[in-house]
Amino acid sequence: MSLAVDNLRVYYRTLKGDVQALDGVTFTVADGEIMGLAGESGCGKTTLGKSLIRLDGRMQHIEGTVSLDGEELPIGDDRAMNAFRFRKVSIVPQYAMSALNPIRKVGRMISELLDARDVSYDQTRPELSRRLALVGLDDGVLERYPIELSGGQKQRVVMVLSTLLNPSLLIADELTSALDVSTQKAVAEMLVEFRDRAFVKSTIVITHDLSILYQIADTILVMYAGKLVEKGPAADLTTDPRHPYTKLLIGSLPEVGVRMSEKRLEGISGRPPSLLNPPSGCRFRDRCPLAFEKCVEEPPFVEIAPGRFAACWKAA
Amino acid sequence: MASVEPKADLAATPEIALTGEGAGEMALGPRGKRFETLHFALHNTKLVIGASVVLAFLVLAIVGPWLTDATPFEFGYPLGEPPSREYWLGTTSPGQDVFAQFVYGLRSSFIVGALAAVIASVIGMAIGFLGGYRGGVIDDVLSMLTNIVLVIPTLAVLIIVSAYLSIGSLRAEAILIGLTSWPWAARAIRAQTFSLASREFVSLARLSGQGTTKVILKEIAPNMSSYLFLTFILLFGGAVLTAATLDFLGLGPSQVMSLGLMMNTAVSNAALQLGMWWWFIPPGVGITAIVGGLYVMNVGLDEVFNPRLRRT
Amino acid sequence: MLEGSLMLSLQNVSKVFKTGTFGGAAVTAVSDVSFDIRPGEIVSLIGESGSGKTTVGRMILRLTTATGGSITFGGQDVATLGRRELHGYYGRVQGVFQDPFSSYNPVFKVDRIFEMVRNAYLPGLTRAEWSMRRQRALEDVGLEPADVLGKFPHQLSGGQLQRLLISRALIIDIEILVADEIISMLDASTRIDVLNILGDLKERGLGVLFVTHDLALGNYLSDRVVILQRGRVVEMGPTPKVFSNPVHPYTRMLLACVPQLTSKWEETPRAFDEAAAPVTLQLVDDDHYVER
Repeated sequence: MSLAVDNLRVYYRTLKGDVQALDGVTFTVADGEIMGLAGESGCGKTTLGKSLIRLDGRMQHIEGTVSLDGEELPIGDDRAMNAFRFRKVSIVPQYAMSALNPIRKVGRMISELLDARDVSYDQTRPELSRRLALVGLDDGVLERYPIELSGGQKQRVVMVLSTLLNPSLLIADELTSALDVSTQKAVAEMLVEFRDRAFVKSTIVITHDLSILYQIADTILVMYAGKLVEKGPAADLTTDPRHPYTKLLIGSLPEVGVRMSEKRLEGISGRPPSLLNPPSGCRFRDRCPLAFEKCVEEPPFVEIAPGRFAACWKAA
Repeated sequence: MASVEPKADLAATPEIALTGEGAGEMALGPRGKRFETLHFALHNTKLVIGASVVLAFLVLAIVGPWLTDATPFEFGYPLGEPPSREYWLGTTSPGQDVFAQFVYGLRSSFIVGALAAVIASVIGMAIGFLGGYRGGVIDDVLSMLTNIVLVIPTLAVLIIVSAYLSIGSLRAEAILIGLTSWPWAARAIRAQTFSLASREFVSLARLSGQGTTKVILKEIAPNMSSYLFLTFILLFGGAVLTAATLDFLGLGPSQVMSLGLMMNTAVSNAALQLGMWWWFIPPGVGITAIVGGLYVMNVGLDEVFNPRLRRT
Repeated sequence: MLEGSLMLSLQNVSKVFKTGTFGGAAVTAVSDVSFDIRPGEIVSLIGESGSGKTTVGRMILRLTTATGGSITFGGQDVATLGRRELHGYYGRVQGVFQDPFSSYNPVFKVDRIFEMVRNAYLPGLTRAEWSMRRQRALEDVGLEPADVLGKFPHQLSGGQLQRLLISRALIIDIEILVADEIISMLDASTRIDVLNILGDLKERGLGVLFVTHDLALGNYLSDRVVILQRGRVVEMGPTPKVFSNPVHPYTRMLLACVPQLTSKWEETPRAFDEAAAPVTLQLVDDDHYVER
């Protein structure tokens, strides 16, 4: 097992109380697996991604463990996590393009970053050049300022940088949201390539876009209101979703070729519950067409078929 | 002149959206934000310290004159006496009450500061809003005007003007300072206005038939209120300092007591050499404390208004 | 007003932005764009970033002025409208933008967007008449007045805010709506519902310019599609025709790169060679134009 998360609970401290953003999630990601983490805004996927590498000031680790390659990660301790960041766990953040310091040449920024991690820039240089070439960038990029690069180029630089030390776990947070379709495809395929070349062991791709996940992920994990609702192999989950939320979500996505006049799609009415004081039982029951009496009791996230998990009383 | 500008773009301060699509309770609206702002304000050391200092002197300026029977220009007191029970801050060489001079001088400082700040704010806002919102030729012209006035060495101009026109009243002094200190405020406001003008609710206001004045007053200014407040505080501090400088050079009103005038008289009466510390130190401390307090308040307020600067 | 003349027509429209100090450099955002929008028709303007699609929308709304060509509505040139005429124009052509939270002045309640248009366009109505009208406009977009009126923007969801903006446009009974990426910032489960509203409104005679980067959405909703690349129209025509038989390499590249839930990406067609870019629109089929 590469990554094992057990009953992870992370809340946000606010003046109004605790927002239960991530409320007890348990799953594993195998070596070489690309797992997609899907859900709409507020479902907790970004919180999950962030908590695996750095809890920001407002986040609080309430309970649960995270272990990578058999070793437990001290996610509650910012200082202790320093040893793991970039080496064992790395993140390509959202808006990576603005992560590049505008007044530093790219090469200089990389060398400073490596210095801060006690890695010799000179020794890593040849590998850096190799990888840049792999993604279609030449060494000249290192001598340029970020403003001289296109969005796609910056994205590629950031990706190469994040994976330079061959981390065991790569977290890609909404990597493709702000990109044009052609760049989106190139970046998504780059993630697969990095895995194929063993630059990274496991990858978690966080996105709201299920269709990208269908293209590149091995498994998909769907979240709703801080909880896990479904997990399964990408192809299976998208063609045969078991949880009502997943079903409705997939049913609301237009594909090229479907016209409104031919087939009218429907969304999901209502809104996700407030996480300040979440309702007991299944958090989707207010919006679920299949809800019945038992839903006031929270359904466990269990294996309903080999490799298929769902948190729904009606999913079996 | 004041040059400490509030840092980040207040117009883009993000809310903490903690449930889907900013839905509901967590993202704070205007009322919730005021509550949160107040909370952080009361806990911000710089703001509290700065404000306390300024407030203390303000209270002294208001109440002080009632605490003494003496008036600042009145002679007849013992000559050059150090502070005692009877004369709290001692007396000057020609026999005036230093405490009286001090508290009346504080009053002048606050009056000139406030009036000049108001004048400069109004001009700065008018020019900044108009240029920032309209853009194009109007902005080019107004920017040019702003830059010219900015570049002129203000103090030199003030010295020359006041030498010719001889400032007779606090009001005249305030007007003069106000007319020369607005440029950087105009620039700062223009920059923020640019950023706000690109927000979609401004476009929507235009599509609803609102004209320029209405858009500025109802859409842009209310969303910059904290920034405008900060600007005013800085102008206030700058004005107090400039007034003190003019007064010290003997170019301020000579019939109205001010802290700068006190220092001027002290120096010309060789108070330093004679060791009459009670005469020249209080006004110096007063100016420094007020201006310094205002600037520190400003830094604190900046942190309060902009969550990103807070070190929680 | 004659029926046929309610058309919004763009002819060879261009927009050049001046940048640099004193406008030294120039950036061409839109170049020689021509197409029409008729009432009861949804036209998708599809393009990626830098395609100029938002600029086209803003020029139609006269939030920025065209530097070349003409935009006419009902035969009248939009650029030459005086203050009063512009006011009348906005009574018939309105816009909804991408970011629902940026579209509301945060210090006011959402009701204000209705009050603003009431003062501007419907001052003569009595309270009762106004209430009724507002009620109907809200129902048309699937909102309950009690759920949304009297609230501040931060208390509502993005979907509700966008619907409110659509209903604001409906309340003044417009003919053409410019919808600029209106659902890209909404969650997937609410997107389609907002889109369906536009589709239903089309049935009632509303003409819509649907600006988007998402081909699937354009395909779902629109009757005709205009594909923009770097400010130029590269292909346009009835939606089914263009999507089933894309001729221009750029269109084909776009279609090949769109991630689908039902099929995997194939090999990307050869990268589109900008230098060899053609410059004129030719008819390849009935109403189907391609730049060649």
